[in-house]
Amino acid sequence: MLNSLSTLWENDLVKIGVTLGAVYALYLLAGAALGYDLSGQLNSLRRLTFLIVLYGVGALVVNLHWGYSGLFNIGIVGFMAVGVYTTTILTRPVAGQNPTGTLPGLGLPLPIAIIGGVLAAAAMGYVAVLPSLRLREDYFAIVTLAFAEIIRITAKASELQEFTIFGTTLGTGGGRGIRTYPNPIDQFFNGAGKPIVAAASSFGIDGSLVTGLAFVLVLTLLLGLVYWLIVRLAESPFGRVLKGIRDDEQATTALAKDTNSFKIRVFIIGCAILGLLGIVWQGSQGYIAPGLFVPQLTFFIWIAVIIGGAGSNTGSIIGSILFVGIIYLGPGYLRRLVEEYVGLQGSVSTFPNAVGALLGGNVDPFLLYNLDQTSALRVVLTGVFLILLLRRRPEGLFGSRREIAASIDLESRVRDRRNSAGADGDSE
Amino acid sequence: MTPMSTASDERASSDDQLSAETLLEVEGITKSFGGIKALNGASFEVATGTLTGLIGPNGAGKSTTFNVISGMFNPDAGSVRFAGEDITDLSPDRTAKRGLVRTFQLAREFQNMTVLENLMIAPEGQIGESSWRSVFPGTRGAVRSQEEEVFEEAWEMLEFFDIDHLALENAGNLSGGQRKLLEFARALMLEPDMLLLDEPFAGVNPSLEEKLLSRIETLRSQGQTFLLVEHDMDLIMEHCERIIVMHQGETLLTGTPEEVRSEEQVIEAYLGGNVA
Repeated sequence: MLNSLSTLWENDLVKIGVTLGAVYALYLLAGAALGYDLSGQLNSLRRLTFLIVLYGVGALVVNLHWGYSGLFNIGIVGFMAVGVYTTTILTRPVAGQNPTGTLPGLGLPLPIAIIGGVLAAAAMGYVAVLPSLRLREDYFAIVTLAFAEIIRITAKASELQEFTIFGTTLGTGGGRGIRTYPNPIDQFFNGAGKPIVAAASSFGIDGSLVTGLAFVLVLTLLLGLVYWLIVRLAESPFGRVLKGIRDDEQATTALAKDTNSFKIRVFIIGCAILGLLGIVWQGSQGYIAPGLFVPQLTFFIWIAVIIGGAGSNTGSIIGSILFVGIIYLGPGYLRRLVEEYVGLQGSVSTFPNAVGALLGGNVDPFLLYNLDQTSALRVVLTGVFLILLLRRRPEGLFGSRREIAASIDLESRVRDRRNSAGADGDSE
Repeated sequence: MTPMSTASDERASSDDQLSAETLLEVEGITKSFGGIKALNGASFEVATGTLTGLIGPNGAGKSTTFNVISGMFNPDAGSVRFAGEDITDLSPDRTAKRGLVRTFQLAREFQNMTVLENLMIAPEGQIGESSWRSVFPGTRGAVRSQEEEVFEEAWEMLEFFDIDHLALENAGNLSGGQRKLLEFARALMLEPDMLLLDEPFAGVNPSLEEKLLSRIETLRSQGQTFLLVEHDMDLIMEHCERIIVMHQGETLLTGTPEEVRSEEQVIEAYLGGNVA
């Protein structure tokens, strides 16, 4: 029994499923404690899954770049920005055709614009990696970080807010941001899919929730596709050379491999996926502004990879589940639970007030103040998590795991060889 | 794949005639780092199918010579010709593609990869190295069948070196001597025309050294060409056909072991008895 359980655990999908199930159960319990109804519970899971899936895609790319190829890319958010900004500008209605008077663009259909956005992110990846090939990994990291900041600041520039080129008016919206494209899923449920929404409402499920859940489902399929793509890329002769570059680039060169070509290709592939990630993530929120693309998001994705363990695709997904479930969304739920059960109400806006009360013997204001600082709590939790990890498992949860880079199953072939050698007897 | 194929067998059978053929030709290479002249006009030749030893005291420029030949450094002056073609300014990967493959003084195995992956990374012309081929169902079949072949080659190599029991071990967990074996095997997976071995026996215990030497002898009898940096004078005298003596970035003397031995007094006088 134990044995069969442990073989079951060997399966990657089981590991992911069990972790996800545990986090879901935690949130359902929290939801029940908070008295959520069905819609509330579903919405809480929707938000959780939405973020896990998106962080998962980002983490897989970071793992492809860093875990497999040793490319220290901390400009993740910049390539996401290029993707979503390009798609937005391509889809905005042509000047004069949009009655609302918002920023005009090129008026292309969404599918073409998405391809355009992905290609733009890939092209930007090429531009970023080309001058950086000769740099050591730490300098490479600085270049990518700077690149992402250049992209963000360029999008913010007032000169690019709205301009006319070759008779076409377009722009990034500058610091004020820009409206993105309508979500095709929303459109579907407002049109042909109306009966589904109506049917769901009869079960007491919010109409907007149906749309949201359907979108999360589509994103999950996208994550599956990216996972499949990256696993196949990594477990192949191509991935083998990438691992060689990560371990010792000079030795890889001495084996007649043109390492630069491999680094360029893997960087571009990763950046293209990041472009798509930006398109479905920030693009789906209806509005983008440069402030969304600060380096913090890059580091959050990195933390997911560090928790999971660089070098493992399964680890990256599990890291994303734990990061979103505990570090990112955890503090908000904790606060609501405390408010519900400890009976804390109101808010304390400044630190001196909180400490003052604490010195006066009243703990409540201090607690209230801390729980209000959701984003600060995330950073604190991140720190706690990282310290624990460094002390217990510096290589990450799945970092020591082996994902052999070959298009065929080497472990079973080696086992076969040994078995047949054993069967032949000790004739040698 | 038994290392070295039919062409090499012919080479071995008509040894005398062909051993005169020059495979590698180094002419007047110089290389300075800052104010230090690491190489100062070193010149020598290596004939096809021979095991040639490169000796000299520490700082004589042996490793720099290897780095220049393999394309890691570009020399300030001089030229390197391999199989009749100028390879002086070729990058390391292009040099290796021509069939001139090196190993490193400190074994540089891929630590976080299995021993099997270490070998399977090496063979040239793997179609799965193009990123998309191993992804899509239509092209993946060809990649997989080539992977089977590469696995076969790698397995034979592992057996040849008696390290097949380590196939799925992470290379970083191997002992120093096993790592040397692995690096040697990995270089052979490229089926090179010539191997540059930088101190292959350093840190290797005597029984393993015996094993490595017998491998080298086997391969040489099949026509493989070697250039070997080594500090153990007795080993060099016993196994090499030709010996190149370097000193202060120059080639001091080239000859058969007998010739070098007869010059030993000269060398001793020259280098203060510190050749090996």
